[in-house]
Amino acid sequence: MSVLIYAENHNGKFPKSALEAVSYGADVAAMLGTEAIAITCGTIAGDGGLGNAGASKVLTAAVNGTSDSQQMSKLVLAAAAQTGANVIIFSHDVAGKMIAPRVAARLDAGLVPGATALPSADFVVRKNVFSGKAIAEVAMLTANKVITVLPNSLGVKNTGTTAATEAFTADLGAARITVKEVKTENKDGEIPLPEAELVVSAGRGMKGPEHWGPIEELAKILGATTACSRPVADIGWRPHHEHVGQTGVTIRPNLYIAVGISGAIQHLAGVNGSKTIVVINKDPEAPFFKAADYGIVGDAFEVLPKIIEAAKAFKASH
Amino acid sequence: MKILVCISKAPDTTSKIAFTDGGSKFDENGVQYIVNPYDEWYALVRALELKEAGGGNVTILSVGGADYEPIIRKALAIGADDAVRIDAAESDSLFVAKQIAAYAKDQAFDIIFCGKETINYNGSVVPGMVAELLDLPLISLAVKLTVNGNTATVEREVVGGEEVIEVATPFVVSAAKGMAEQRIPNMRGIMAARTKPLTVVPAASAEASTAVKNYTLPPAKSGCKYIDAENAGSLIQLLHEEAKAI
Ligand SMILES: Cc1cc2nc3c(=O)[nH]c(=O)nc-3n(C[C@H](O)[C@H](O)[C@H](O)COP(=O)(O)OP(=O)(O)OC[C@H]3O[C@@H](n4cnc5c(N)ncnc54)[C@H](O)[C@@H]3O)c2cc1C
Ligand SMILES: Nc1ncnc2c1ncn2[C@@H]1O[C@H](COP(=O)(O)O)[C@@H](O)[C@H]1O
Repeated sequence: MSVLIYAENHNGKFPKSALEAVSYGADVAAMLGTEAIAITCGTIAGDGGLGNAGASKVLTAAVNGTSDSQQMSKLVLAAAAQTGANVIIFSHDVAGKMIAPRVAARLDAGLVPGATALPSADFVVRKNVFSGKAIAEVAMLTANKVITVLPNSLGVKNTGTTAATEAFTADLGAARITVKEVKTENKDGEIPLPEAELVVSAGRGMKGPEHWGPIEELAKILGATTACSRPVADIGWRPHHEHVGQTGVTIRPNLYIAVGISGAIQHLAGVNGSKTIVVINKDPEAPFFKAADYGIVGDAFEVLPKIIEAAKAFKASH
Repeated sequence: MKILVCISKAPDTTSKIAFTDGGSKFDENGVQYIVNPYDEWYALVRALELKEAGGGNVTILSVGGADYEPIIRKALAIGADDAVRIDAAESDSLFVAKQIAAYAKDQAFDIIFCGKETINYNGSVVPGMVAELLDLPLISLAVKLTVNGNTATVEREVVGGEEVIEVATPFVVSAAKGMAEQRIPNMRGIMAARTKPLTVVPAASAEASTAVKNYTLPPAKSGCKYIDAENAGSLIQLLHEEAKAI
């Protein structure tokens, strides 16, 4: 028995979502009185910080992470067999959504996607349903269990320890897909939206793409990532990957600042898990205020410069 | 091209979300069901476009009870050729995937389309499970898909961007925004849908692997604290000291 965590690194660096999955796995292992073993692909320096996040051992597979879900699931299944894992944890990110279902189907295991809390002693796991409008308690009924952890829901441990690393090999079989090209739209150093803790977002109230300057400036000062409402991406004012909401990216940052966004239910579905929501809108009746923690009724073009000034002063003194 | 599109039903996005029976059941009172948007706007419409360009057949598949029929008819009205309903309660993801796989196993579909996720369960897992059960490649979160002979070129979402992939048929794909534009069924389509074949098949035997015990609503916000626009800069201090968000 053990708990296995698939932790994805990007060029040797583990994103917060991977560390969260490892921490979650460590807590589950503690609950079961067993070990938390992480598996990752490619080369990492030392244990890559996974010991600090709670792993007791790190298996490093001498293959690059691939976009072939079959190869990746073969790798995880081989590691699960070797370590006797009956609970397997992923992040509910691009990789987790691609690999975890395959692993669960192969092991005939129940899968809870997007867990937001640790399992109870009898393996009831909480997850958001109805696009964040409700919470479900899901009982896992099988001996083998697979859980994907919703990013930004639970903390990252800081154990102060290092984990032993061990090389791992498995037969992945031939690839059945070929990657032709990778296009990343992110600007240098910008944190991708699903991982961002601070997000500054704007909607049609900004009137046109040429007015995004203050949004970008505020985001830059705060170290935030920019997002937008759907119509803004649809008309091409902003790139598609910024579109949040029911049909776009779902996010749950610590802070979501919404400027000139009405707060339609389909928009809220993608952002209502945010811890603190700030709404800036000139219409006091805008529905978004009902979901807000802080609201400013006013013209964005007058309000934003004041906030930018204050943010600059704050950053200069902290 | 022989194409299968897996379609789930979901409550209309404006539905009031409430529960009955001590939180164990979704309250369907006054709820209007729609085709899950990812399945309809992106998966189904792209499948129809491929058929229109290259010929073939588009079959709808749903795992669910008789209450699924109106949404299956809607998918037929948009342009699918025929439909199959596997008569079973959609108890959990692996159960649904097993039903889809059991049906598709001997049918030699070139492409099995799913949506990226259902907007009620938000799983994003059925397509991957189907792919594993059928030993097929999975292209998840696809935003563009073109086919040339037996080879498909697919763009999929990855962290911070997109990736272009080539894959040979058969394969499973989960569709996200960008794949196609929503189509509104016209009167002719609605009339034609009434007589298109809808076959009901019994469920394959399978156990549930998970069960929802209980639903709750998220805690309500304590209310919005308003800041005077003249004094907008004080937001930063509040975010730091009170909300501890920065
Ligand atoms: C099935 C479905 C799925 C959808 N999915 C999504 C989704 O994923 N994401 C999404 O965002 N939308 C989605 N939508 C669209 C959604 O319903 C709304 O239409 C959309 O969110 C509105 O965008 P907006 O708030 O930017 O624009 P608007 O609704 O036009 O609102 C603009 C706001 O800006 C304010 N404003 C104007 N000028 C100023 C100013 N100078 N200063 C301050 N405020 C100002 C106005 O008061 C108004 O509240 C979906 C719709 C459907 C039907
Ligand atoms: N009951 C069902 N019948 C047919 N297809 C389904 C069903 N449930 C889910 N699917 C398909 O699987 C996709 C992902 O569902 P989920 O894993 O529940 O988020 C959906 O977008 C559908 O394409």
